[in-house]
Amino acid sequence: MISRLLAFLGRHVDRHLLAAVGALLLVGLITLYSASGESVSRVGAQLANIVVALVVMWIAANIPPHYLQRLALPAYLFGLLLLIAVWRYGESVNGARRWLHVGVTRIQPSELMKVAVPLALAWYFDRYEAVLKLRDFAVAAVMLLLPVALIAKQPDLGTALIISAAGFYVIFLAGLSWKILVGLTAAGAVSVPLLVWPLMHDYQRQRILTLLDPSQDPLGAGYHTIQATIALGSGGFFGKGWLNGTQAHLDFLPERSTDFIFAVFSEEFGLFGNLVLVTLFLFVIGRGLFITFNASTLFTRLVAGAITLTLFTYVFVNMGMVSGVLPVVGVPLPMISYGGTSLVSILFAMGILMSIHTHKRLVKS
Amino acid sequence: MLSRLRIFRRMGSREERDPIVLGGGRRAELRDHQKELHNFQMRLVASAGVVLIVFFLLLIRFFYLQVLQHDYYHTLAENNRISIVPIIPNRGLMLDRNGAVIAHNYAAYTLEITPSKAGDLEALINELATVVDVAPKDRKRFRKLLEEGHDFASLPIRTRLNDVEVARFAANKFRFPGIDIRARLFRHYPNGEVASHVIGYIGRLTQSDLDRLEDEGLAANYTGSDFIGKVGLEGRYEANLHGTTGFEEVETDANGRAVRTLRSTLPVSGNNLLLSLDARLQEVAERAFGERRGALVAIEPSTGGVLALVSKPGYDPNLFVDGIDPQSWDALNTSPDHPLNNRALQGVYPPGSTFKPFMALAALELGKRNPHHAIYDPGYFFLGGGGGHRYRDWKTGGHGMVDMHKSIVISCDTYYYGVAQDLGIDSIHEFIGQFGFGRRTGIDIDGEAGGLLPSQEWKMRRFQQKWFAGDTISVGIGQGYNLATPVQLAQAVSVIANKGTMFRPHIVRHIQDSQTNKLTSIEVEPVATIALHPQNIDLVRDAMVDVTRPGGTAAVAGAGAQYRFAGKTGTAQVVAMKQNEKYDERRVQERHRDHALFIAYAPAEAPTIALAVLVENGGHGASAAAPVARAVLDFYLLGKEPPAKPGAREEDEND
Repeated sequence: MISRLLAFLGRHVDRHLLAAVGALLLVGLITLYSASGESVSRVGAQLANIVVALVVMWIAANIPPHYLQRLALPAYLFGLLLLIAVWRYGESVNGARRWLHVGVTRIQPSELMKVAVPLALAWYFDRYEAVLKLRDFAVAAVMLLLPVALIAKQPDLGTALIISAAGFYVIFLAGLSWKILVGLTAAGAVSVPLLVWPLMHDYQRQRILTLLDPSQDPLGAGYHTIQATIALGSGGFFGKGWLNGTQAHLDFLPERSTDFIFAVFSEEFGLFGNLVLVTLFLFVIGRGLFITFNASTLFTRLVAGAITLTLFTYVFVNMGMVSGVLPVVGVPLPMISYGGTSLVSILFAMGILMSIHTHKRLVKS
Repeated sequence: MLSRLRIFRRMGSREERDPIVLGGGRRAELRDHQKELHNFQMRLVASAGVVLIVFFLLLIRFFYLQVLQHDYYHTLAENNRISIVPIIPNRGLMLDRNGAVIAHNYAAYTLEITPSKAGDLEALINELATVVDVAPKDRKRFRKLLEEGHDFASLPIRTRLNDVEVARFAANKFRFPGIDIRARLFRHYPNGEVASHVIGYIGRLTQSDLDRLEDEGLAANYTGSDFIGKVGLEGRYEANLHGTTGFEEVETDANGRAVRTLRSTLPVSGNNLLLSLDARLQEVAERAFGERRGALVAIEPSTGGVLALVSKPGYDPNLFVDGIDPQSWDALNTSPDHPLNNRALQGVYPPGSTFKPFMALAALELGKRNPHHAIYDPGYFFLGGGGGHRYRDWKTGGHGMVDMHKSIVISCDTYYYGVAQDLGIDSIHEFIGQFGFGRRTGIDIDGEAGGLLPSQEWKMRRFQQKWFAGDTISVGIGQGYNLATPVQLAQAVSVIANKGTMFRPHIVRHIQDSQTNKLTSIEVEPVATIALHPQNIDLVRDAMVDVTRPGGTAAVAGAGAQYRFAGKTGTAQVVAMKQNEKYDERRVQERHRDHALFIAYAPAEAPTIALAVLVENGGHGASAAAPVARAVLDFYLLGKEPPAKPGAREEDEND
């Protein structure tokens, strides 16, 4: 009876992925306990988030990919509508207009787009698989840039970046010619100072300037970077030990439960801990690439590839930001940072990966 | 966007697509699933490569931070975490020879503003004034401290808050960002003006103090200190009084709140100064001056210990303790009486007739005079025997027959004109120099002047001029180029009292270690012994005793004394008289009147106190200075309190 239940539950769950995700979630809880100042309630809340996210993951794993394919466009259009609504009627929190009030609760449509954009792009390329031409890539670029522009305008640089990356991965994997890629990269390199810079908000510019020289403003914009770098560097090879991070426990690290939780981890577990953590992430990413490699349709290949590489982007941007090589953008460390929304969307994506892996035989047959 | 998508959808599925539209040439290529898949897989592999490279770069960054730069960041984290809080030591006390406290500390609350944390200072202070009293004096002092540029330090706006004010401020503290209430130790001088020139004062550390401490390598010990000894004993014995600053290593969080103490080194209190000064004698001496300006130095001849050191007017050293307000400072600085000048050490005056006993000793010891040989004093002296420049005696008509004893008792000028001429300036310089004239005594307060005992060589050096015989004559009666400080006179008269043994005057007798209470005594070895024939010194001492007895110049001051005391009056010219002009006290402006001097020691047979008194513009030594000495001697030897109202004013009018 129990074995049959387990068999039912595990039918579409990829055990390798689950094990690595579980290990990461555990590391997250352990680090959160330290980062939150040994707050049991904080850890409890995250545990509840994890339960919800795991359920979402299980559900996603059990949705056959072709259902997702069918849902992709409606979800994308719905998300776009919501983003427009946010732009027009959104609620401002801390100077950023990201939230939309819906009855009793408020939602953040950009979270939905993190999944909906790559799905919609993958759907589009899958649909016109045979006839991909420059025009199709242009359409895809428009489909990507519309929501990105709306999100960047909120402003939410981190999410805009993640969605651009996700969309870019789809376009890249779909086969955009290298010449155009190189050309676009060159154009981007030129246009950033000329076009993007004038459009940026002051605080966004400040973050980039600060990256170049954090000591310019040690108590202001540079504070996050400086204190996080100190936390990392002072951790040494084996770290200061769990619950012994002085940077974390004496409040020097800002946002240490969320975006900067990696600094806490790294201070307490050192380079050794970082190696373990990076290995875990590499395993998840490797597994994702493996699933991508073996996916049966273009849609699933593109979705799985985009999800995997987006996860990689999260990890790289977050760790780069905490270790002071990338500007401070609000990107959490997947499965480690505290917070329900991002956890749910990450595990939902993990569920899609599992679904793609476990449903392919059915699709093929 | 929507309509376009719909158009795409209408274009339909793969099956509906028309190959002709696309052009036949590309069909085969586009249909090549195998190649497409291969293409995709190559891109995936490329992505995997990028992933690996990026993670590798991240790990390099981690390695750089956590291994190569670990020490650096470790230090930064420790600096973040640990702040060093200085604990200021208690300043050493000063006690007089009887153990009476003359400088101590007390704890009091102050309100301090940290300008860097406060916004609009003026508005803040106005707001503060609604809660506790802020006098204009407080504002001025604050502004002055601010101008001196202590931006980062907290500056006192109010000191010595009472309990009600403390409570009132504490309840309203939230309204005053940048203002904190602090418990501080304050220096207090319980005797106020008394002995102010001995004690000196402490004041706020200034940038120049800090620079000096930095040069001396002492700056670390002053971390957290607000005050430093400036003048007087407070300045001279700063190194002993300050003590050693303690430190507390405190773990603080990012908001600067102390979490726990990691380690602490207790401060070591400053050492106490035990003075030879007698605070009650000092007070009696100061009272004896009344409102007059002047100085008095009383010394214990057997040790050189200073019993009293007066410079009038004085000031209240308590004014300086928490930063003097500009008004009081200006008042002290611009007063024509110069209350901040320590006349006892820095004031140089012609010694006048107090110089005569030393001239007498010189004449006797160098064989230029037979004590029993008398001269006739017509009331003047001609340089070179006759026809030259005429030098007047103070007494018109002269003193008649004068031998050496009488020359001292009645202070005969004519006698010493001759002595000076016979000795010559260089003999005078050499012999009398032994008594300490012309050089600093080395008393333990800074700023002492050296006075002047002229010589041929000095004049050549100073004026590029040769010495004239006439220059010597006025030196013989302590005028001319002669200049001495009261403390030099006191030291010199002590040598007579000691029959030739000289000690360095000193105010601090012992330094008491604050930890062990062990006393370190100041050396009382004689600094010099002048070889004097007993019959010569006895003659001078006997004559000085007779000065205070009927017939002597200080007979009035000596009347009714219950002990024998030796003295010598002196009067020093402030304005030079013309050759034939007669000095008329009543016609001369107060500030141009002569300075009155008196040197003395008692009891004459075995002296326990020797002193020098100077009353600026007091007129005659006998009438103005000698009574002050008498009051001091009466108190010191007999314990006799002088009348509450000093008779000084009266005597002034009698002059």
